[in-house]
Amino acid sequence: MARYSIFSLARHALRHHEDWPRAWRDPQPKPAYDVVIVGGGGHGLATAYYLAKNHGISNVAVLEKGWLGGGNTGRNTTIVRSNYLLPANARFYEHSLKLWEGLSRELNYNVMFSQRGVLNLAHSDAQMDAYARRGNAMRLNGIDAVLLDRDGVRDMVPQLDFSAAARFPIRGGLLQPRGGTARHDAVAWGFARAADARGVDIIQNCEVTGILREGDRVTGVETTRGTIRAGKIGLAVAGHTGHVAAMAGLRLPIESHLLQAAVSEPLKPLLDTVVTSGAAHVYVSQSDKGELVFGGDLDFYNSYAQRGNLPAIASFTTALIALFPGFGRLRLMRHWGGVMDMTMDGSPIIGKTPLRNFYIDGGWCYGGFKATPGSGWVFAHTIANDAPHPLNEAFSLERFASGHVIDERGAGPVPGAH
Amino acid sequence: MSAQPFRLPAGGRIDRSRPLAFRFDGKPYTGFAGDSLAAALLANGVRLVGRSFKYHRPRGIFSAGPEEPNALVRLRREARAEPNTRATMIELFDGLEAESQNRWPSLGFDLGATASLFAPLLPAGFYYKTFMAPRRGWMFYERFIRAAAGMGRAAEAPDPDHYEKRHAHCDVLVVGGGPAGLAAALAAGRTGARVLLVEERAELGGALRREAAAISDAPAAEWLAATLAELASLSEVRLLRRATAFGYYDHNLVAVLERVADHLPEPPPHRARQVLWQVRAPQVVLATGAIERPLVFAGNDRPQVMLASAARAYLNEFAVAPGTRAVVFTNNDSAYATALDLRRVGIRVTAVVDPREGSGGDLPRRAREAGIECRFGHAVLAARGRSRVSAVEVASLGTAGHEHGDNLDCDLLCVSGGWSPTLHLHCQSGGRPEWNEALAAFVPGRSKQAERSAGAAAGAFALVDCIAGGLRAGAEAAQAAGFGTGVAPPAPDWPRESAAPLRPLWSVPARRWLKSFVDLQDDVTAGDIGLAAREGFVSVEHLKRYTTLGMGTDQGKTSNVNGLALLAEKRGEAIPAVGVTTFRPPYTPVAIGSFAGRETGRHFEPIRRTAMHEWHESAGAAWIEAGLWLRPSCYPRSGESEREAIRREAVAVRQGVGLVDVSTLGKIDIAGPDAAAFLDRVYANIFSNLPVGRARYGLMLREDGIVFDDGTTSRLAEQRFLMTTTTANAVRVMQHLEFLLQTVWPELRVAATSVTEQWAAMALAGPKSRDVLARAAEGVDVSDAGLPHMGVRDGRIAGVPVRIFRISFSGERAYEINVPADWGLRVWTALLDAGRESGIVPYGMEAMGILRIEKGHVAGAELDGTTTAADLGLGRLVAMKKPDFIGRHMLARPALADPRRPRLVGFVPVDGATRLRAGAQIVADSRVPPPVPMIGRITSAADSPTLGHPIALGFLEAGASRHGETLHALFPLADQWVPVRVVDPVFYDRAGERLHG
Amino acid sequence: MLLIPCPFCGPRDQIEFTYGGDATLTRPDPATASEEAWAAYVYLRDNPKGPHSEYWHHHAGCRAWIKVRRDTLTHEISASAAATAPLAGEAGKP
Repeated sequence: MARYSIFSLARHALRHHEDWPRAWRDPQPKPAYDVVIVGGGGHGLATAYYLAKNHGISNVAVLEKGWLGGGNTGRNTTIVRSNYLLPANARFYEHSLKLWEGLSRELNYNVMFSQRGVLNLAHSDAQMDAYARRGNAMRLNGIDAVLLDRDGVRDMVPQLDFSAAARFPIRGGLLQPRGGTARHDAVAWGFARAADARGVDIIQNCEVTGILREGDRVTGVETTRGTIRAGKIGLAVAGHTGHVAAMAGLRLPIESHLLQAAVSEPLKPLLDTVVTSGAAHVYVSQSDKGELVFGGDLDFYNSYAQRGNLPAIASFTTALIALFPGFGRLRLMRHWGGVMDMTMDGSPIIGKTPLRNFYIDGGWCYGGFKATPGSGWVFAHTIANDAPHPLNEAFSLERFASGHVIDERGAGPVPGAH
Repeated sequence: MSAQPFRLPAGGRIDRSRPLAFRFDGKPYTGFAGDSLAAALLANGVRLVGRSFKYHRPRGIFSAGPEEPNALVRLRREARAEPNTRATMIELFDGLEAESQNRWPSLGFDLGATASLFAPLLPAGFYYKTFMAPRRGWMFYERFIRAAAGMGRAAEAPDPDHYEKRHAHCDVLVVGGGPAGLAAALAAGRTGARVLLVEERAELGGALRREAAAISDAPAAEWLAATLAELASLSEVRLLRRATAFGYYDHNLVAVLERVADHLPEPPPHRARQVLWQVRAPQVVLATGAIERPLVFAGNDRPQVMLASAARAYLNEFAVAPGTRAVVFTNNDSAYATALDLRRVGIRVTAVVDPREGSGGDLPRRAREAGIECRFGHAVLAARGRSRVSAVEVASLGTAGHEHGDNLDCDLLCVSGGWSPTLHLHCQSGGRPEWNEALAAFVPGRSKQAERSAGAAAGAFALVDCIAGGLRAGAEAAQAAGFGTGVAPPAPDWPRESAAPLRPLWSVPARRWLKSFVDLQDDVTAGDIGLAAREGFVSVEHLKRYTTLGMGTDQGKTSNVNGLALLAEKRGEAIPAVGVTTFRPPYTPVAIGSFAGRETGRHFEPIRRTAMHEWHESAGAAWIEAGLWLRPSCYPRSGESEREAIRREAVAVRQGVGLVDVSTLGKIDIAGPDAAAFLDRVYANIFSNLPVGRARYGLMLREDGIVFDDGTTSRLAEQRFLMTTTTANAVRVMQHLEFLLQTVWPELRVAATSVTEQWAAMALAGPKSRDVLARAAEGVDVSDAGLPHMGVRDGRIAGVPVRIFRISFSGERAYEINVPADWGLRVWTALLDAGRESGIVPYGMEAMGILRIEKGHVAGAELDGTTTAADLGLGRLVAMKKPDFIGRHMLARPALADPRRPRLVGFVPVDGATRLRAGAQIVADSRVPPPVPMIGRITSAADSPTLGHPIALGFLEAGASRHGETLHALFPLADQWVPVRVVDPVFYDRAGERLHG
Repeated sequence: MLLIPCPFCGPRDQIEFTYGGDATLTRPDPATASEEAWAAYVYLRDNPKGPHSEYWHHHAGCRAWIKVRRDTLTHEISASAAATAPLAGEAGKP
């Protein structure tokens, strides 16, 4: 792998950047691999990378039906945080956050992880209590958390509406200073390049159309580019997990839903921190390019269409103005939709399945991006050892039947309510 | 008043009798009514209007329409400032102020332009390859990158203007008011269909307003006038100007932004600035025209490099000379019209440079006849000049990139690389464009929704074809919507100009150190596209994301096809094999405020008020938000703090009597022969054996066995119950009951009706409550025999029929009184009057909270969607002997039956004094390093005035067996830890004697 | 904005409705169903890519729960019916 640095940039500048090598190869699929990862998003690529790096398994193919990172990796609003209440979530996402903190150097690819903080706004005493509960749990789990009162929030984000006209006055907020944002595409590209350098075959435009089974074990996949045998198969196709798992005969506790997001025109810096409001149903940050990036609730109906409708857009833009009355004249430049695997408890599924050699990493709801390195790390472990790592033991498929759900919001078995 | 040196002496559709003063970067200028800001700037000789995003290169006015990538300005001042506004689409008004963007200290001298010095180090995606050291180094570099990025500066104050939303229904929606759109509206309108035509500009006519041929040509001008007149006469046709259809959503919903007041200094009083229309149309005609493509060559971003069609617009619509010596560079016939128009007003046309070997078309022939030099087989290698074009280098195409060509002096370079139909709405509707080899353009593909394209949007560029296509589309759309026969009115039989085919020329080879721009706004060069292809970013989406091609405010309207074609060249594949350009909504950026409409500030969400709201307000209540409701938290007296008031109110209830508004609780009337059976199925406990005239606490589970909601439900008659729910779940419980009745047990004869808002409710609580009730109530025996605990009776208070429920949340003797909402205030005040001699006090949510914590009653903080009945200490209520109820069948699952589950307990501080806080975590050992095992939590806490010490409710693993243990309540967010003792959750009157006190 | 054909009120905007999810699920028979059957009913979904029978609650209209067949890829709606009636082309519940 040709290393990237300011020096390599300078060297290549002298040659007018005309002989940069490919970031990753474009191999033909081989007839068989030790491990086939279905899904060339951040999670699949990270899994392949850690299989090669941590477990010495590099005879691995990542199959992507379209272009790398074209699913939710390239459609999310890039928020990274580990501000969770429940122990399983807190441990897992904090592990992921720690991986984020070294990721650019690990991959020799700048993923632009920027820890400018994630602030959850509280608009009532009950919310302050709930945030206190969460923040205290975070601190006791060794995660950074700060409870801000109204003045503390005002110091940090003075553009918020602190006037008497605010419908839901701001009481305070829970801040995770180490939270922030990253460049979503770069995560896919960085993992792809690093995995490729360790021998992983990354195969784009290769859609899996069937999963080969012999009894209760899987043996390979049918694809638009032919049959590929596999010792083990890992599914990392969040948004479509139910659809692909059905090819292996599995029915999952997942519904696919639409989530939309939008960006404004690029502006000079005006918002440093990620701001979210659960009560108002909106979150917003400002990208390095200057665009405000914002979103809110689901469209609230099953969908595999990557295009949504106006009510959700109207709902989160209205909420954005309610919080930031100064943003009203700014213009929405682009909006888009992604397909979310919504599970029945709002937490992901990472682990084994009733089929041997078949593993699932999915059900990421809205939260998959921040999990990317952590998910790849534990999923690689799970595949390599045919057993979950302690960090993902709780995210099993069996937890639903047994009642060991990880229901952070207490919303119950209603996908989309989480 | 300054002169307008580049204003032509005659012509144009401007109103020379109405001069308008405006300022750009503080300097005063004058234009005319009818000008765009861009036209007025050009009339005044202003050529440099902005700086580019990345390299801060000087940029001018490139287009005359919504596709403008360069001329973005900050319009208006202070709270009304609008960054990134296209100068080409701003209608000039008197007093307009605009300033340039992305430059410091000034537009002419911009320090940011030093970025150009480092340009060799800043190819596409350079930031992915560096800034990685040290570990948190990016946070350092990012600060500078953020400051350098962005474009305009946002306003800092809240938007003073307001926005409206409207809904419209029509039979045929026509998007675009050019010749095709007008023809479509005419054909559809004649059938009697309701037609709505939306046009983004201020005037209808489209190209007919900008093309000299159409303006001077009598038949075309007459057609336009006659068409507009006839459309005006059709009562079912509505023409909406300054209205941009920006989004095409499901089921033929088109979103339209009408700019009501953007052409005025500020909106007139009580008028919206903009209106967001949602138009549901059975049929849509897209007559959105086409956008001219630039050509890619070195220096093609200099100010005064301009689209050929834009130059015609400035000449013909605005009577502005965009230059004095022009070169036209085109690969197709259409730009020859520019050469002819320039020549006609006396501007020197040095040459038309055309890579084709010749053209037999009418326009080139006329240009040659007019003596304009046509250099076929040639291309512009480079545009020279710094802050504006001063010369172009022209060479024969075969030698381009290898030899120096001729230098031609000029101060205007008009370019045309062909035309791209405007497919944004077609794409948004689900259509997938198809490549048309002859046009070298994408044209609409198969329609997925009820839409059809017409005119240039469908790839028909000749005027007669636009009109004919529009008439046909209008007639067909009307027929599809149920009007007319679908036969189009006859189109004009004007002769069609002959045109020779264009020659695709996606880029002119340039010397390696020169930049040829593909995306002008985001500074994406042909070299960047080559780099992306080399590095393997060969899918269209990778190209866009890696280079930022098409990601600017113009969404690549002028760059997408060129970028795609260059990528195809690099991949050695045909364009359609490489991909299509697709477009996400909106077509042009839309003010965020327009989506909110009137729902801003305190109108963001409705406020729900109870029937007694005004009384609470006049009594000086402090408020608390409960969902959308406003509820009194307490009633501080003068000189009294809220904390003191809360304490006083709680004490009053324990010692005397208080009155609280509980109207927000959900109330559902459940009636029918199977009402009791239904309640047995929706509650975990039994209701079928509840006698008439009695109330019972009910616990509702979700199907997964977790507690959903609680409340008291009363049997008013054999077949009639009144259910109450928590305030938070009122809507959800109602929806749940309706779901069960309509889909799961449709055989049950039960009607459920929400009556939450029909009844006001108040609770009279305290040892003296019966005295007060006895004084106030008529027609009801309030003795313990007549109205026992959990009894329900009808009576009258202040002449109003009321229902009286003897139920208690506070643990004291208490009566809840329900009264038709309109009479709520009357009964409330009557009870206060009756209670005066007993010292009655109104109390709020906070005191109520203390009272219920003292009694160990659970509320929202405990019913958090993760707790079971057993967790709450209510396991005895769950009637497993019933064969079926919601939640019964999943209760035995291992996780729910686990004896180590956290159970409701009480906590008191060991020192008897330190206040406890909700949100604290309970740990056994406070000295271990993280992760610290958390074995419980505090959910509700109070400083109990009754007990004289702090108390708290919470959950503790296996808590039922741990009463008496000492543990620690940790609140690390505030650096607090408090040793606590585990106690029974009922702190006060465990025997329940006070209920009868 | 979806246009949902309420069988009682006619076509109405999506914002008048609340989504209710998969309408092919049947609550198990409480007398006989196994624990697995309950878990499947509460948690597992077919989640099809294509036509989907689903419940919507016309909360801001007639308050009926209705059944709609909608394509999850295109959002096209091909049929609607009262909650207890079969959708066009669907066998009625016994």
